[in-house]
This record gives sequence, C-alpha cells and structure tokens, in this order.
Amino acid sequence: MAESSDKVLQVELVAADRLVWSGQATMVIARTTEGDVGILPNHAPLLSSIIEGVVDVQTAEGETWIAAVDAGFLSVADNRVSILAERAEMSHEIDLEKARQDLERAKASGENDDAAQEAVRRAEARIRAVERAS
Amino acid sequence: MALSVREYRARIRSTESMKKITRAMELIAASRIIKAQQRAQAAAPYARELTRAVSAVATFSNVDHALTLEPEDPKKAAVLIITSDRGLAGAYSSSVIKEAERLVEKLKGEGKDVDLYTSGRKGEAYFKFRQRAVVQAWTGFSDQPTYDVAAEIGATLIEAFLAETGDEGHAVDEVHVVYTRFRSMLSQEPTAVRLLPLEVVEGTEAPDKADLLPLYEFEPSPSEVLDSLLPRYVQSRIFFALLQAAASELAARQKAMKSATDNADELIKKYKRIANQARQAGITQEISEIVGGVNALADAQAGSE
Repeated sequence: MAESSDKVLQVELVAADRLVWSGQATMVIARTTEGDVGILPNHAPLLSSIIEGVVDVQTAEGETWIAAVDAGFLSVADNRVSILAERAEMSHEIDLEKARQDLERAKASGENDDAAQEAVRRAEARIRAVERAS
Repeated sequence: MALSVREYRARIRSTESMKKITRAMELIAASRIIKAQQRAQAAAPYARELTRAVSAVATFSNVDHALTLEPEDPKKAAVLIITSDRGLAGAYSSSVIKEAERLVEKLKGEGKDVDLYTSGRKGEAYFKFRQRAVVQAWTGFSDQPTYDVAAEIGATLIEAFLAETGDEGHAVDEVHVVYTRFRSMLSQEPTAVRLLPLEVVEGTEAPDKADLLPLYEFEPSPSEVLDSLLPRYVQSRIFFALLQAAASELAARQKAMKSATDNADELIKKYKRIANQARQAGITQEISEIVGGVNALADAQAGSE
C-alpha cells in the first residue's frame, strides 16, 4: 500500500454523523487556526485544528471538490488525510439561498456574541464554498 | 364460564384491534431499526478517525490534559443513564435502570456521592417517582438522536467534570455512562462505561523498531489541539452511546410487540374456542329445554285423557 500511495493522498472528509467524501487527491487545502494550509503527498505528519471555512480537494483526475466545514481537525499521516468536523457539506449540497438567509440572520443577531460570530463564519464559509465551486 | 356468547365476541373483537395496533408498532419498529443501524454505521467513520487522532496525540506527545487526569481522591461521580422516551419496549428501560442502580450502589460502596443525569422520559419518570434528585434530564429524542444533543450533553458533563470541587454547581470527579449496547437484533446488553477521566487505550499499530515514529507536528500547539480534540472525543462517545441505545430500544420494542401480537393471537384462539363452547352449550340447553317442554306437554296430555 505504501508504494502505490506515494503520489496521492487518501482523503476522508468526515462529519459527525456521516462520511461526506472520500477518495484520492493530489492536494488538499484547508484553513487552520494559523492560516490556510496546503497538503501535498508525502507531507509530514500533522495534526491541526481547523476553523469554519472552505476545504479544497484536488483529485488525481484534475477535478476540484469544494466543501464547507465547521471547526474541527485535520490530521495527516502516511499520506492519509482526514478532515473531521461536526458538520460538513459538499458545495453541491448547500442551499445558497438558505445560507444567505442564515448569514443575514446571524449578522442581525449581534456582532459581539461569540455564538453569533461563529454562525456568521459558518454561513460565510458555505456561501464561499458555493461561489468557488460555480 | 358464565359469560354469554355475546360477551366473548366483544372480547375477541377488542383483542383483535389490540393485535392490529401491536402489529403496526412491530412493523414501524422494524423499519426504523434499519434506519437507526444505518445512522450508527454512518457515524462510525467520525468516531474511528477521532479515536485515531486522539491516540496519535496521546502516543506521540507527552501532554497531560485536565480531561485525562485521574483525580487523587474521587469523592463524587456523575452517572448518565440513557433510557427511552416511550414504553412498550419490553424490559428495555428497566434493565438499563437496573444496571445503573448497580453502578450507583458500587460507587456509593466506594465512598462516592452520585449525581444523576438522565436521557429519555422513562429514566426521568423513574427517579421522579422515587423522589430522587436528577441534576439534569434530556428528553424527546431517544429513537433518533442527533449530534447536537450529544454535543449538549457532552458539554454539560465536561463542565461538571472540570468544575473545581467546592464551586457552586455540580462538580464531579468521574463521569460514567450507562446505555444499552446493540449486539444484534436478538440481544441488547445494558453496559456501564467510565467516560471521564478519559482512558485512551487504543494505540496506532506498534511501529517497527527500524521505522521512526511519525512525529506529528501540532498546530497551533499540542496542548491546544488536545484542548479541542478531547471534548469532541467525549461528545462522539456520547453520540455513539445514544445511537446504540436508539437501535437497542427499537429492537427491544420490535421484540416486545412481536410477542404481544403472538399473545393476542393465542388469546383470540382461546376466546374463540370458549365462545364456541358457550354457543354449543346454549344450543344444547335450548334443545333439551324444548325436548323437556314437549315431553312435559305430552305427559300432561296423556294424563288428562
């Protein structure tokens, strides 16, 4: 297995209640607490917290999959990338209208509140994911 | 035996309608249990990856965390009991409560006070009836739990665990969970596990001596990663317990309703037999009355001639 997976990453994007996406990829981009990080094959083992944002997965066939995720984790070891988030959605599953409404609501509910800001970031991430995908 | 045929007919009818209800509940439970199992399966990858990440951190870094620290002198324990919202599931709720009582007795024997937390209306009702204090009860989701409720329960328990003793609120030194493990459609087993302090036993496969240990880089830092990783791990464990309990509840309900339907069948058969007997007895009696009457008339006529 180690030989065949030298050039690709085995990616699993997992939400708390389901496996959202899994497959092989050449590059994964995610947003950690420290900033965006790009993972290429043979990346050093890494365990990092990620924040609400967009995850970009480029497959070996040149396709790009985009997903919106909540706060969670990214772990890389032996060319296996797992992205864990309590909620995660692929861009084509997101209802753009609903995301926009959520954003409006979250913005209206107050800027200072931590929970509200989290909701704003989450809604923005979902909108960004859809816009990037189209 | 003294009942009339009409009364037996009424009983047969009511048993038949009861049978229809239990049969419907059996079928509903059977169809929901497949969904519950699928949900449990769908949640498995998250739990697996999370366990892998936690054991990676625990194995490859030497960071102690408040959630893994064994208190030196545990005085107080919290017990979360996962029961069902509705009855008609055989011994499901009572056996999980019995297991919980056993655990509570054991903890009290070790000199610990016990705080109770329940999920599901049956557990809440049980302790309310016995006038025993329940710190917090969650209800209304026992047959299809969502991750959000697991997160809420987890947050409450973690808060209680991290609170300093002597603070206001319900500080505890240990957290236990009692739930019903779903083994198969036929067997579900009440299980008690200690949730906190965490014991991470599962390591990733033992590395060859020639290989170097994969040294993880942690971003932002090992302690911060662990800080956000461990609460999620706890929540995912609770979610797992809730899903198992949901599947067990449905399986128990299906089994209970199946035997209720079978019993109704038996009862109907029995009542039909008795009703027929009563009908025949009635006919026989009528015939003998008629015959007796005719004889009496004939005798009377013979006497008067």
